[in-house]
Amino acid sequence: MIAAEQLTKRFGGFTAIEDVTFEVAAGEIVGFLGPNGAGKSTTMRILAGVFPPSHGRVEIAGHDVVTDSLRARAVVGYFPERVSVYLDMTVAHYLTYVGEMKGLARREARRQSAAAMASCSLDPVGNRLIGTLSKGFRQRVGIAQALTGAPRVLILDEPTAGLDPEQVADMRALIRSLRQERTVILSTHILPEVEATCDRVIIIHRGRVLALDTPANLNRRLRPTSQVHVEVNGPAADVARALRAVPGVAAVEPQPSPDGAVVFTVCTAPDRDLREVLATVLTQHGWGLRELRRQSLTLEEIFLSLVTADSPEAKTSHETPRDLPA
Amino acid sequence: MKLLVICRRELHSYFGSFIAYILLAVFLLLSGYFFYSDLVFFVLFGGFTLATGLWQFVFLDMRLVAMLILPLITMRLFAEEKKLGTMELLWTYPVRDGEIVLGKFLAAWVFFLAMLLPTAIGPMVFHYWQPFDVAPVLAGYLGMLLLGSAFIACGLFVSSLTENQVVSAMVTYGILVLFWFITWNEEAGTHEVMRLLLGVSLFDRFFNFTRGVIDTKDVAFFAMFVTLFLFFTWQSLATRTWRGVR
Repeated sequence: MIAAEQLTKRFGGFTAIEDVTFEVAAGEIVGFLGPNGAGKSTTMRILAGVFPPSHGRVEIAGHDVVTDSLRARAVVGYFPERVSVYLDMTVAHYLTYVGEMKGLARREARRQSAAAMASCSLDPVGNRLIGTLSKGFRQRVGIAQALTGAPRVLILDEPTAGLDPEQVADMRALIRSLRQERTVILSTHILPEVEATCDRVIIIHRGRVLALDTPANLNRRLRPTSQVHVEVNGPAADVARALRAVPGVAAVEPQPSPDGAVVFTVCTAPDRDLREVLATVLTQHGWGLRELRRQSLTLEEIFLSLVTADSPEAKTSHETPRDLPA
Repeated sequence: MKLLVICRRELHSYFGSFIAYILLAVFLLLSGYFFYSDLVFFVLFGGFTLATGLWQFVFLDMRLVAMLILPLITMRLFAEEKKLGTMELLWTYPVRDGEIVLGKFLAAWVFFLAMLLPTAIGPMVFHYWQPFDVAPVLAGYLGMLLLGSAFIACGLFVSSLTENQVVSAMVTYGILVLFWFITWNEEAGTHEVMRLLLGVSLFDRFFNFTRGVIDTKDVAFFAMFVTLFLFFTWQSLATRTWRGVR
């Protein structure tokens, strides 16, 4: 549905993105992940037809966004990073205008604007001026604007930025509900968002694509060992010794413990599950087993390891990129 | 027609804000006052004909008021959308840049028409009591429409260059005043230079209309002026391909 080939965008001497290539299949939800300034918005804008790439090409539903721009734009609903809507219009009036701009006849535009308002829970504020609405509502007006005209492709640039937790949950549910009917590409710098909503992840950093895979595959690829988190009430040295003695255990790493308990991360060969064996060993010694849990890499860790491998300064100073959320 | 959708939205925006009504009121008050004082002058001191004794002054005065007001009307056309960020969204809709330019031009033009029409009330009342030849007045209004279109096209172009409305209005004033004063220093230039400047001076081109003379060359000049600035505007929108959104 979306095919981007070797996209490069330069502004004067500044290269915003370089050699970005990816494909998105119909019905897929793909997350575009990267720290601020990585080139997410630039890529999104090229996809949406705001400006053309310096090199490379993009096809949306078979239409080139530069040479066949009007047809490509007709299939796309775009939500810009900066929520920008006319403040002097009412919600209903604005969405009708958007429908007409997308080529609908007036009556159809009215009908679709009503539908978009319903799916974004905007009905109670339909007749209010957008300028008087709170940020959360304005954001939803922006999403409703993208949905108007039933575009097959949705390009959402940080759709949950600046919303409160409840609104974020609503927004994610809304995006998930679009699966199958729409192809969605959404950008974010918040990692759990991608885990919560996306089928695949494109990780971008300094204008280059670092990885493109499902969250599960990324996890497998980047993880040399399988890890188990163990929390035990017992003498630290003895526990460590006992854990190391278990066959199949590659390493035992002590972790900071909160309240007198001892905490270890036990590393084993990948795809080997030693949880039951570990539990038996610990209880046989009579130590109180508080927690035993298999750890999978969070996207945050995946992201960090990719980014650290990529950036020269990070290699020397081990500094965490500052833009990453805690 | 996307052009009309854009035009309708702009008009909604104009008539939804009180600033538009203030501009409308100031324009009508000033041009009404000028009509009154020009009429009093004509009655007291007279002249050979109405065309050169009255209408010429009425339209020359109205021209000044239009020059004062129109940049304030065109200043927001693109600057506001750039500031709000709505321009970016506009570019993602299946609409041509040309339709955006023409839609906005048309909206400002309709607003100008709404400003101009009530000024005809004075002459109409006058005509009711004292019938006169209306042809010179119609020629004057045609001139006003053409001159106004030129102002609007110029203001539209400047507005597409900046996201600051004050800058947009000021630069438009600068350009319009330059076109006004361009032929004032008659002694400085040679005869040939003067002829060239007279050819491009908006206000000298307007002068014939105020005396009731419609010259196709003048009409063609205004049409070209408007076309040129609309073309500039269109080109200015295209600069986003290498400049980015701002």
